[in-house]
Amino acid sequence: MTEIQQHPHHIKLSEESLQKQTTTLNLGPTHPATHGVFQNIMEIDGERVLETVPTVGYIHRAFEKIAERRPYYQITPLTDRLNYCSAPINNMGWHMTIEKLLGIKTPKRVDYLRIIIMELSRIADHLVCNSVVAVDTGALTGFTYVFQYREKIYEIFEEVCGSRLTTNIGRVGGFERNFSAASFSKLHGFMETFPKAMKEFESLLNRNRIFMDRCIGAGPINAERALNYGFTGPNLRAAGVDYDVRVAQPYCSYDEFDFKVPVGTTGDVYDRYMVRNDEIWESMSIIAQAINKLDALEKEFPEQKEVFYAPEADHFHLPPKEDVYTKMEALIFHFKMIMGEIDAPAGEVYHSVEGGNGELGFYLISDGGRTPYRLHFRRPCFIYYQAYPEIVKDGLLSDAIITLSSLNVIAGELDA
Amino acid sequence: MALTNETIQKRLTDKFGDQLTEWESPFGLLTFRAPAASSLKVLQFLYDDSELRFRFMTDLTGVHYPDRKDEELSVVYHLHNLIDNIRLRIKVYVPIEKPDVFSATQLFSTANWMERETFDFFGINFVGHPNLIRILNVEEMDYFPMRKEYPMEDPTRRDKDDEMFGR
Repeated sequence: MTEIQQHPHHIKLSEESLQKQTTTLNLGPTHPATHGVFQNIMEIDGERVLETVPTVGYIHRAFEKIAERRPYYQITPLTDRLNYCSAPINNMGWHMTIEKLLGIKTPKRVDYLRIIIMELSRIADHLVCNSVVAVDTGALTGFTYVFQYREKIYEIFEEVCGSRLTTNIGRVGGFERNFSAASFSKLHGFMETFPKAMKEFESLLNRNRIFMDRCIGAGPINAERALNYGFTGPNLRAAGVDYDVRVAQPYCSYDEFDFKVPVGTTGDVYDRYMVRNDEIWESMSIIAQAINKLDALEKEFPEQKEVFYAPEADHFHLPPKEDVYTKMEALIFHFKMIMGEIDAPAGEVYHSVEGGNGELGFYLISDGGRTPYRLHFRRPCFIYYQAYPEIVKDGLLSDAIITLSSLNVIAGELDA
Repeated sequence: MALTNETIQKRLTDKFGDQLTEWESPFGLLTFRAPAASSLKVLQFLYDDSELRFRFMTDLTGVHYPDRKDEELSVVYHLHNLIDNIRLRIKVYVPIEKPDVFSATQLFSTANWMERETFDFFGINFVGHPNLIRILNVEEMDYFPMRKEYPMEDPTRRDKDDEMFGR
């Protein structure tokens, strides 16, 4: 028998893979079931996955390198494109990192408004993830149903900042402008209508026999391995560890809020699904609390209604457009900021926020110039996706698919 | 008793003496420098010690300082003690001619891809890494793009003069 030549390929397969009675399956990089550009070379025996070699980097855009040349403001749009399912959390995490470096303390009203936006985007993020898990198990109904409500969240973002998916929302120290009456009425509309839809979504799936049989026991990871792999966010909590950055190292006045940190036990697809569902309810409760706090604050101090950014952040906050057109001072400031001629103090800061997928960290080294000397994003997806081969090993191929979607791996965040 | 920066610093100095230098705590985050030769021992001690328990690796990344002679490249670790909820930052400096740092993959599985990423962008050689190949860039790349000698714009371009606004 002639020797089979291994095809020259940069992906390393196991030595015997060509001799064995198993199949090599190239899943991805573009495959409808992977929801993003992920390539996995799988060695399968029948339907059982023996080995997986993931390849990442298909949409690497060198954000860290680009950031070294851009003034602080122009980095915000880069963070949009990390986890694009919950872009406002990334934007605000970045703004809070700069605020930490500059020593700016934001007013309470800004904190509450930020929390409303961040929790809305968490709901949007979890909705996409959970409904996609349902799609991969064969139930398209839930997906099409809750997407209507993601749309309503995007309408609120649109009202606040003008864009929907990649939001570039907020500024250093707060927001670019105050929330309009329309954005509040849209928010209240969402708060009224969404719980009913969410309940229906839950009753469609939570105790659905087919869905449970499909998800329970698929793609599990225990707490010890999850911690060793640097899991954070819902995926870690599904394994039973109650680590949440909002609680562990509160930022943005999260310490004033009363909410639960849902945890699972086995860390399988079903637990991840349930943790995300419960978090949606917790986010709803946080938003309701934030609205109440806002109302109380505005009732007590009516002048607070006009507060939407920290006064100390003046050097990073664009003046109102009408002033730019009529006042020399404002025009100069506007020009300076747009051209990024504002130096930040030298220093080293690590700040993290609880993103949709876990701890989103910003490690910023400033040498006192207008751009970061070095900026590193701690992207939760990149860190936990490396556990994927271990999680899906010895499971079914179809379980590998729902594991990928329930881990909520977002290609933009993975590749940066 | 909750763990504080001072107790961590004392415990580490008791163990490693003056090997650990440049103690500071910018924004409350305890930071120190460890020599490349004993960086893994420090990580291991932080992991095993029953009081310190730094068993979660938050982040690992590289920084390039072209002006520092014989310590051009730096590896920065962020560790987290989830029980006492305290963070820590360790910096290791290596010369660019011989950028060897011991791999932490035996302690933290998560270090695998993070070290590959740091190798990919800075060319830091993690000794003992099971599979130190490029991860985000193409295999054929023969340079380390995050080093400071590679500017963002293509230096051969003449049609884009950034003299006024780009630096």
